[in-house]
Amino acid sequence: MKFLRRFLARLTNFFTGRQSDRRLREEMEEHIALQTEENLRAGMSAAEARRQAVLKFGGVGTVREEYHAEQGIPFFENVVQDLRFALRMLAKSPGFAAVTILTMALGIGATTAIFSLVDATLLHPLRCPHPEQLVRIEADLRGIGAQDVGLSIPELQDLQRSGMFQYVSLVGSGSVNLTGSDQPARIQFEPVTPAYFAALGVKPEQGRVFDPNDKTPGFNLEVVITDGLWKRAFGSDPHILGKNLRLDNDLYSVIGVMPPGFRDPGRTPDERNTDLWAAAGFAADPAPPPQRNTRLTLGAMARLKPGLTVAGAQSQLNVLVASLQRQFPADYPVESGWAMQLTPLKESVVGNVRQSLVVLLAAVGMVLLIGCVNVANLLLARASARQREMAVRQALGAARWRLVRQLLTESILLALLGGITGIGILLCTKDVLVRMIPESLPRLNDITISLSVLLFAVAVSIVSGIIFGLAPAFQAGRLDLAHTLRMEGRGSRGSREQIGTRRVLVVTEFALSLMLMIAAGLLLRSFWDLCRAPLGFNPENVMAVHLWLPIPNDPKTDIYGTPAQEAPLVRELMRRSRQLPGVQEAAMGRDASIPLNHVPDMTPLILEGRETRTKEPPQVERSNVTAEYFHLLGIPLLRGRLFSDADNENAPQVAVVNQAFARAWWPGADAVGKRLKVGRLSKDWVTVIGVIADARTESLANPSVPQIYLSLYQSKPKELAIFLRGQLDPSAIPDQVRAMVQSVNPELPVYGAQTLDDAVSLSLAEKRFSMEMVGCFAATALLLAALGIYGVISYIVNERSHEIGIRLALGAKRGRILEMVLRQGLTLAIAGAALGLGGALIVSHLMAGLLYGVTPTDPVTFIGVTLVLTAVALAACCIPARRAMRVDPLVALRYE
Amino acid sequence: MKQKTDVPQGTLALMVLRTLDVLGPLHGYGMARRIEQISGDLLAVNQGTLYPVLLRLEQEGSIASDWGASENNRRARFYRLTAAGRQQLLAETRNWEQTTALVTRFFDVKAEDLP
Repeated sequence: MKFLRRFLARLTNFFTGRQSDRRLREEMEEHIALQTEENLRAGMSAAEARRQAVLKFGGVGTVREEYHAEQGIPFFENVVQDLRFALRMLAKSPGFAAVTILTMALGIGATTAIFSLVDATLLHPLRCPHPEQLVRIEADLRGIGAQDVGLSIPELQDLQRSGMFQYVSLVGSGSVNLTGSDQPARIQFEPVTPAYFAALGVKPEQGRVFDPNDKTPGFNLEVVITDGLWKRAFGSDPHILGKNLRLDNDLYSVIGVMPPGFRDPGRTPDERNTDLWAAAGFAADPAPPPQRNTRLTLGAMARLKPGLTVAGAQSQLNVLVASLQRQFPADYPVESGWAMQLTPLKESVVGNVRQSLVVLLAAVGMVLLIGCVNVANLLLARASARQREMAVRQALGAARWRLVRQLLTESILLALLGGITGIGILLCTKDVLVRMIPESLPRLNDITISLSVLLFAVAVSIVSGIIFGLAPAFQAGRLDLAHTLRMEGRGSRGSREQIGTRRVLVVTEFALSLMLMIAAGLLLRSFWDLCRAPLGFNPENVMAVHLWLPIPNDPKTDIYGTPAQEAPLVRELMRRSRQLPGVQEAAMGRDASIPLNHVPDMTPLILEGRETRTKEPPQVERSNVTAEYFHLLGIPLLRGRLFSDADNENAPQVAVVNQAFARAWWPGADAVGKRLKVGRLSKDWVTVIGVIADARTESLANPSVPQIYLSLYQSKPKELAIFLRGQLDPSAIPDQVRAMVQSVNPELPVYGAQTLDDAVSLSLAEKRFSMEMVGCFAATALLLAALGIYGVISYIVNERSHEIGIRLALGAKRGRILEMVLRQGLTLAIAGAALGLGGALIVSHLMAGLLYGVTPTDPVTFIGVTLVLTAVALAACCIPARRAMRVDPLVALRYE
Repeated sequence: MKQKTDVPQGTLALMVLRTLDVLGPLHGYGMARRIEQISGDLLAVNQGTLYPVLLRLEQEGSIASDWGASENNRRARFYRLTAAGRQQLLAETRNWEQTTALVTRFFDVKAEDLP
């Protein structure tokens, strides 16, 4: 309390600049006058009385100093003094200040930009209270290697009763046709159980969210929409609450609008773009009857009870799983290895981008470090010019630590100015930068320069100021006073030690650049390989258009409820598609058959002859297509035959599998003629009639994902795609196809037309982004390193111009001089490269997961990058080397 | 000749507070004189060192000061104890007594007294 009061008083004095020197002076005068009178009374002479009084009072200077120290805060006063001096020094050398500030602005700006990305994605991906309590629950069948197989309603109830969670909710994802708004639209929606928003702990902006205690078995016909949808489809209608809208065929009413900026914490970009949530109990139509062995293809999300950790909850969950397995042995056969896994929701949102982002942050950190080393080099050069100034100040009585402090203040000021400039540039270019970020990067928050990002920038500035200020400050602290002053007019000559320090700095810079460039090189090669990987299908001149058949909540009203009902529609759409302008070939399939669309659709399979071995069937990627699909995409048939017109809705079911599938399930045997059941409850056998070649339709990186294709005419998928090949006009196709489809059935929504070339390039977006960024950073690093080595070699040449002059005068060949200088540069480059190669080996192994097709020790990259760096270093040395060669011996000697 | 002693840290402040408590509002010179009288020239303090201590006590809120007229009718700064200062004095007096009592006990103890 006392201390605080005193500190506040001092702080106020400091900021108001109140210096009551007058008061002290008056008090002292009065004091001495009183003492003098006293002395006079004691019988002293006037002069003696005053002298004694002054003596008794003591040193006026000391008292005054102590008084001032007590009045203000000397530490701050010194800082202000140092800052003022530093600003004056910078104003005196604007060129130096500009170069330094720009270098730091580049480094700090880039680091802050990447950090804001990391902050929004990795650090604070969830905008909910207590995000650490949120988990995703996944059921796995470890016995057969199947993940996230979904939960059944009884399992959900077991979880709700377990006492571990405040709320548990199922979460689905899908898209739905929205009518009743300004325009019919295809929107992303999530069917959830009513506890969903209660579990997230988010409040709506308007209206209310679902009541967590709602027990409606089917859909409860209420929806919550996003702020975006409210603005887009309803024109920010102020009376939106209670308004009816039609989803597929059913009427729902809007009960709430989420706040702007709220995004669903989903696992995929599609889920995160959810525009509408509807609550359902999933225990009645359109869901199957709630039985323990009927797993719904829905995920689950929950909020843990306060105080429970994820690990603690996991061990309790394991106990629950074990007891369920004992209780229901028929539903959970031991060999299936049924288990439930908790993942922090944050992890499931961030997913696989962590490594990319960490690599980016590390890369940009290296650029910043290289920038710091460059600035340290510049400061050292300046320090040698200021040696005399420092020596004089020391000779006049400045303490060493005071000089060190002043130099550090200068460098921190430089870094902060750089940081401010960097943030300024960042704010101006923010929109452009944000657009560069691929959509697939999980971010629920807008990327902003938030308070934490700003604090980060300030901290980074200060730390880098200290890093690059240390070397010059350290050197100033060890200045040899007598020697420097004796050097008189030649005070600017740097010591051997200083050249040594600068060499070390350049070597460090080289090593860092090499590491960064090798990382970039490896990423570039991976990307290159991915781009050149044989697709196995031909995306050229192909467009895919989405089409959706509504799923009414009451199955009896579904006009496309059976294959026999749906097949005529498909046949008609196929016929009309071929007649569209420019179309040479047409095909149809489920939307899962669109190459690289990343909608995994795992289906359990029962293979004939093996159904007894495990009660838990294997799971594979399944699509439904028409026979034309394979030819349209140029995927060749290897064995057997494709679907024929005879394989229609009335014929026995047939399937085509790819090579990977055949290899995986019937290794060494002919797959054609084998039989299997698709889906656990299916009764009909499906015969394999053909084997096609593997194509990278599921993943660019994985050439052989097992896949099975059923005939579209023999199944009834709701989410369809029309494929067209030919001389198509991508801008006209969406309207042409919509008109064509709606001429068959005006209720059907058509959306999401894309060329397959776009789909391929989109699936590379994330990799392209990190490659471009790291490449950009590496180029910056190379530039900075070249500047660094240029600076040092120039400096050395300047220092030695006298010596070079003597050598030339004594008859040295100019070529020899050139060689001498270049050799110096080369030595530095090679030392840096050796160090950097070691570091790069470590870095490349850490980022092995991001590489494709190249090993982390790819010799081509390592050797190539080292050569490039050395060549750049030599080029940078050439300029000072040529200057050395042209030294005029007469001038150089006369100069001394 | 008597040995003059230095003032231990903080003791001067305590003396100032006590002086003001006994004599009421006083200017710097008066305090210096009073401290000198009581210490009987045992203290080796320059009178000037009093002023930074006075400022510190004032910034801590233990004392307050105002301009007033001195005995020879000149402008002088008078210091007085505040309520907070009085409490501080009480607390520190207690502290001081405890400390001295403790130290005295250690001085009084002889080897044969120990069990």
